[in-house]
Amino acid sequence: MTNLITIDYIYYLVGIIVAFVAFRIARNPEHPSRVGSALFWGLFAVTLIFGKVMPNLLTGYLVLVMVIIAALGKVKASPEKEHPQEEREAHAARIKGKIFLPALLIPIITVIGSFTLNKIHFGHFNLVDPEMVTLIALGLSAIIALFVAKSLTKASYSVPINEGSKLMEVVGWSMILPQMLSALGSIFAQAGVGDVVSKMVGDVLPTQYAFVSVAAYCIGMALFTMIMGNAFAAFAVITGGIGLPLIVHMHGGNPAIMAAIGMFAGYCGTLMTPMAANFNIVPAMLLDLKDRNAVIKAQIPIGIPLLVINILLMYFLVYRF
Amino acid sequence: MIKLIGILVVALGFAFRFNTLLVVMAGGIVTGLIAGLSFNDIMTKFGEAFTTNRYMTIPIVLTIPVIGLLERYGLKERAEALIRKTKGVSAGKVMLWYLFIREWSSALGLNIGGHPQTVRPIVAPMAEGAAVAKYGLIPEHLSNDIKAHSAAMENVGFFFGEDIFIATGAILLMKGFFDSSGLHVGVWDMALWGLPTAIAVYLLSWHRLRRLDKRIEREMTKKQAPQPETNPDLTASGGMTL
Repeated sequence: MTNLITIDYIYYLVGIIVAFVAFRIARNPEHPSRVGSALFWGLFAVTLIFGKVMPNLLTGYLVLVMVIIAALGKVKASPEKEHPQEEREAHAARIKGKIFLPALLIPIITVIGSFTLNKIHFGHFNLVDPEMVTLIALGLSAIIALFVAKSLTKASYSVPINEGSKLMEVVGWSMILPQMLSALGSIFAQAGVGDVVSKMVGDVLPTQYAFVSVAAYCIGMALFTMIMGNAFAAFAVITGGIGLPLIVHMHGGNPAIMAAIGMFAGYCGTLMTPMAANFNIVPAMLLDLKDRNAVIKAQIPIGIPLLVINILLMYFLVYRF
Repeated sequence: MIKLIGILVVALGFAFRFNTLLVVMAGGIVTGLIAGLSFNDIMTKFGEAFTTNRYMTIPIVLTIPVIGLLERYGLKERAEALIRKTKGVSAGKVMLWYLFIREWSSALGLNIGGHPQTVRPIVAPMAEGAAVAKYGLIPEHLSNDIKAHSAAMENVGFFFGEDIFIATGAILLMKGFFDSSGLHVGVWDMALWGLPTAIAVYLLSWHRLRRLDKRIEREMTKKQAPQPETNPDLTASGGMTL
């Protein structure tokens, strides 16, 4: 089966949008760090558009250059004047509630698209790559929403380009942090960091007690998720190292309950770590919060009690059902 | 043990507030070198993971131009105005409603929401608008608290709602893991045993949001007269009835 629309088209589109950011900075003589910032966004666009065909070694070195530019403090946002409040109010009064329509179209079309697009075939051709249907649906919904928004507001094309670039510059170098952390995670995984962690837990704690095994597994999931920034990466390592041998094989626990609650224990870790940048750091930047850890600080009082609840729930359920 | 030195590098780097990208790269390079990889191997690994994880950037880059356009034409102001017409709504209640919708729609397999799509343009302005409607304009630190909690509710609803549905990545990952370990575990078993935690996190969030509401109330009733200079942006809209 051949796929007519693959995720690559979406990457080209994303890359072109990011290239616009670089282009806009390069043309702005008042930008406080014109060369460095334009280069950063330009290189990012190159990795997005050509990632599939470039050798990974080259991509790695391009990423290294981007990191150096960011570390030298050369990725800055353009100074922007806020558009006057009254202008926005006037538009708001004219367009009224319809302004929500394009914003609501994005999730609605994404959901409908992700349930239907993968079912459309023409002979030997799939309309979209079924593996990537949700992201492709998101891409299509964003394009449709943009056209609806444009006809609704009668804005020119320069508006989404400028406003989008502005917001992306506010997020700044944090934009590539999620991808960087995934790379770090894969290096940790290859070096066998997880095995060391789970072996240490098993050696130190008195795991012959059923409760200690549960606590070790849940805390291990949360801690290792905090290190990796990703509960999925922690799951295989900690379940293989602590969960299966201790809770299931040694104490006879129910694997379905262990896995369900164990993954949630991992998510408690996700709430509390800067390593989960796409959930915790990038949103803080996106909401103009000065403290980039503000979202994590709001989540710690949920994450810690919930971890305790998960340990208790697992202890009372996993050996009973 | 020595393999953990990369974690130490990252922890120290974060603690001393070096640039996060630099810290992450240094942690990766140190760990890779200790594991016996060459520098070029490590760069290849970075390049490979950077490329395969490009999907993480899609939601934010694609939706930002639309959201930016809509904000320019008053999306946030409309969201605030809309909530101001609803009587007796507090910031916490707005966020709790969002959490409710987000968590249980995820549980039905409907992945609506996201930080750039809903939190920034709709949820945070509505929650802030509710507080402004009640007390007049609010100081910046409370506004930041409301924004941070809005982002937190998005995360909580997404994480703990999604796993109650069988066709999500997490459930399939667990299934795959058990299959490869020779254990037969049903997907519905795993999904349904997620329910107690999903309910617990909802109650916990309800408690947190109530405390936030109480804190806003305490601070705003203490100093009855709001200072216009703290947030001129909101004063202008505060008096408007749209």
